[in-house]
Amino acid sequence: MSDDTRSEIALRVNDETFRLAVDNRRTLLDALREDLNLTGAKKGCDHGQCGACTVLVDGQRVVSCLTLAVAADGAAVTTIEGLADDGELRPIQEAFIRLDGFQCGFCTPGQICSAVGMLAEHAAGWPSAVTRDDSPQRAQELTEEEVRERMSGNLCRCSAYPSIVRAILEASAREAVAG
Amino acid sequence: MNPDGITAAVGESRPRVEGRLKVTGSAHYVADLPMPNLAHGWMVTATVSHGRIRDIDATDALAMPGVLGVLDHRNARRLNPDVAHHFGPDRSLPMLQHEVIEYAGRPIALVVAETPEQARAAAAALRVTYDAEPHDIEFSMNHPAVRPASTLFGPEADTGDLEAELAASAVVVDEVYHTPEESHSALEPHVATAWWEDGHLHALDSNQGPFGISQVMASLFLIDPERVHIRAEHVGGGFGAKTVCGAQIILAAMAAEHFQRPVRVALTRRQVFLATGSRPPTEQRVRIGADADGRLRAVHHHAAFALSPLAEYIEWCTEQARTLYAAPAIRTELSAVPLNLLPPCSMRGPGAAPGSFAFESAVDEVAERLQIDPLQLRLLNQPVVSPVSGRPFSTRRLVQCFQEGARRFGWAQRDHRPRVRREGNLLVGTGVAAVAFIAGVFPSAATITAEADGTFSVRVGATDIGTGARTALIAVAADALGVGTERIHLHIGDSDIGPAAGAGGSRGTTSCAFAIIETAKALREKLVDPARPVTASVDTTPLINWQPDEERYTYSAVFAEVTVDPATGEVRVRRLLGMFAVGRVINPLLARSQLIGGMIGGLSMALHEESVRDPITGRLVTADFAGYHISAHADVPNVEADFVVDYEPQDPSGFNGLGEIGNAGTAAAIANAVWHATGTRHRTLPISLGRVIEPAAAHDHPGAVSVA
Repeated sequence: MSDDTRSEIALRVNDETFRLAVDNRRTLLDALREDLNLTGAKKGCDHGQCGACTVLVDGQRVVSCLTLAVAADGAAVTTIEGLADDGELRPIQEAFIRLDGFQCGFCTPGQICSAVGMLAEHAAGWPSAVTRDDSPQRAQELTEEEVRERMSGNLCRCSAYPSIVRAILEASAREAVAG
Repeated sequence: MNPDGITAAVGESRPRVEGRLKVTGSAHYVADLPMPNLAHGWMVTATVSHGRIRDIDATDALAMPGVLGVLDHRNARRLNPDVAHHFGPDRSLPMLQHEVIEYAGRPIALVVAETPEQARAAAAALRVTYDAEPHDIEFSMNHPAVRPASTLFGPEADTGDLEAELAASAVVVDEVYHTPEESHSALEPHVATAWWEDGHLHALDSNQGPFGISQVMASLFLIDPERVHIRAEHVGGGFGAKTVCGAQIILAAMAAEHFQRPVRVALTRRQVFLATGSRPPTEQRVRIGADADGRLRAVHHHAAFALSPLAEYIEWCTEQARTLYAAPAIRTELSAVPLNLLPPCSMRGPGAAPGSFAFESAVDEVAERLQIDPLQLRLLNQPVVSPVSGRPFSTRRLVQCFQEGARRFGWAQRDHRPRVRREGNLLVGTGVAAVAFIAGVFPSAATITAEADGTFSVRVGATDIGTGARTALIAVAADALGVGTERIHLHIGDSDIGPAAGAGGSRGTTSCAFAIIETAKALREKLVDPARPVTASVDTTPLINWQPDEERYTYSAVFAEVTVDPATGEVRVRRLLGMFAVGRVINPLLARSQLIGGMIGGLSMALHEESVRDPITGRLVTADFAGYHISAHADVPNVEADFVVDYEPQDPSGFNGLGEIGNAGTAAAIANAVWHATGTRHRTLPISLGRVIEPAAAHDHPGAVSVA
């Protein structure tokens, strides 16, 4: 393959820097999965319609199947593999297990990464389509309705939705208490 | 009583044993497993619904970087044309054998390259030309090609004098119901990695039962079944779409043989829609006659479904009519219409899901015409024995489901008149529906070894596609062996383990649990000898009674509350409660998840799901999640599922399957609630915006603007 079809990029993934020569067509999802063997993020549709590939890029949730790897050059990426701290599960991961927030588990890495990104968006005061008072002064309560609205980009065909919402709300409350 | 003094695991709510793997991204599905020297196959599908391939010009594709070659009907190896599947001969399985196209989406070529990007680009460069012929995708139960469906599941019902009972009825409902073609839409697209070694075929495949798939692959490739080794450790959902031998493994195995190296075929989401089976559309006529007090006199359910001329299939919609309610005359008929459509395959609650929508809607219409409580109508007509066969039921706790559900849901306060509840602009209604879902076990084999270190290796060819089978079977094995679950090492998802029921027919876990329990019994007899390791194996085939004296079903009563905005047509489910009688429950936490998931699948069927085909080309228009809607977080309220105490006498442990019953019943309960809210009966699914929206003048709420 000639040089104009490949690019050298640097990705900082889960606090480790990787230098890669990637096919310009390679998506961030395929780069993570095929080049870095980080297969937690899943390819459920490759169209940005299911959310199974959700990862955090510079702290914000993105569908990695619609992100070209070359466009993520220099970015800091957090995948499901990088969420647990030294093997210790985050409260949200623990809540997913205890409350059974999954069945087949295929959408789960995307659900959890999306939830982490969503909670940060909410904490930063971003309104959603169901936020009634979106004035910046008002601290928004994270309701079931808000979680459902904000998580609707992550499909779960096993339909563990009620348990997922419960796990997110519980983990959010625990992290808030922990500060 | 457990001799080791350990609390019984069966009956306890315990999280999934693979939970940590699944929340850390460490559970490896087929596409996650690396393979040295792997080549990538990109499937190419037919774009005409009927006709012949005139030519596949691969000149440009073969010249592209990384391309290893193209397989099509001209160079692919020959496959067994007489291969069969669950329902009989299946001519859709031998792929790339000839130029004839029977449906759009039919795999016609595989482009193999070093990387997926290269294979995909080369596939786009293939120039395929066709001689198209007229196709027929217009489904109707009055289609000239309609024929009786296969009677593999037994004869249809015909008891009593149907016409006389209808004539004597005070009220007769005679209506026709429609459900569309639907797609399973498991989140993990079908994928397989295959390779050959010394005449043995090895494959990692996303499927619902590796042993069954291995048998079909052996037949298809005409090799000894002992030479086929298929594994499926973690599977990202199936819902029936992975019960059949899929294009991904057939094509990967052909290409691996042709190119003499491992090949992975990962279907795209679009290809999953186009080429991996669907629930067929149905048209169902239901006639029910009743006395003025609500007692049923006659039940007639005639269901038709579409299929492909390539393969037999049964969408057994008529099961509810023959068992839910007593009536002096019951007749069921099942018809099949061969069309140029993707061959259907079982989709969660096959037959029961569309069938119960039609039948339980019609039962509700009887209550509507008699202006009586639809729940009371259902209670009034409960049979003592099977109304068709006359055989007793092994257990039947449907009345308890109705009563406990009604109590929790607050049914007693319901005003049964339609369109009398309003909240602002919204109309509010509630509905109920019941399901009887046939239960049983399939033959399975298990092997248990008592190891020297005091642990037990349990091997059974189960698959866990998200059902919780792995966790449930560990609990079953622990109790059967009288030890704690930490001493059980369970091995599943491998065709080499031996025959086992796949995760299908609501029978995977009960069938494998039966095999484990019988094997544990055999092992305990051998354990008097202190030497270790000791192994026992049991195949349950000779232990299964195929002609039991009693009929075996699970039951549910589903209650729904909906709001309807007549100005937008938006239906939202506000409450959903299912009460289930499903035998003794192995793990309530996981069982409840599965039932709730099924109910949400039913919600999705009721309101969202519809495959649409272009009548001009016959091609699927809705081949992605933007076109084919499945329920998302925002569509789903708090859903509650719970159990009435039940025990299945035909099972040595009292178990029954519960994988599909949640799906059935929910669509009817929601449709009945929409009628209660609006006064309009929806007999076609999905109950989507365009079908519900009312002209502004009909809103009759204070904010409505009347249009002259």
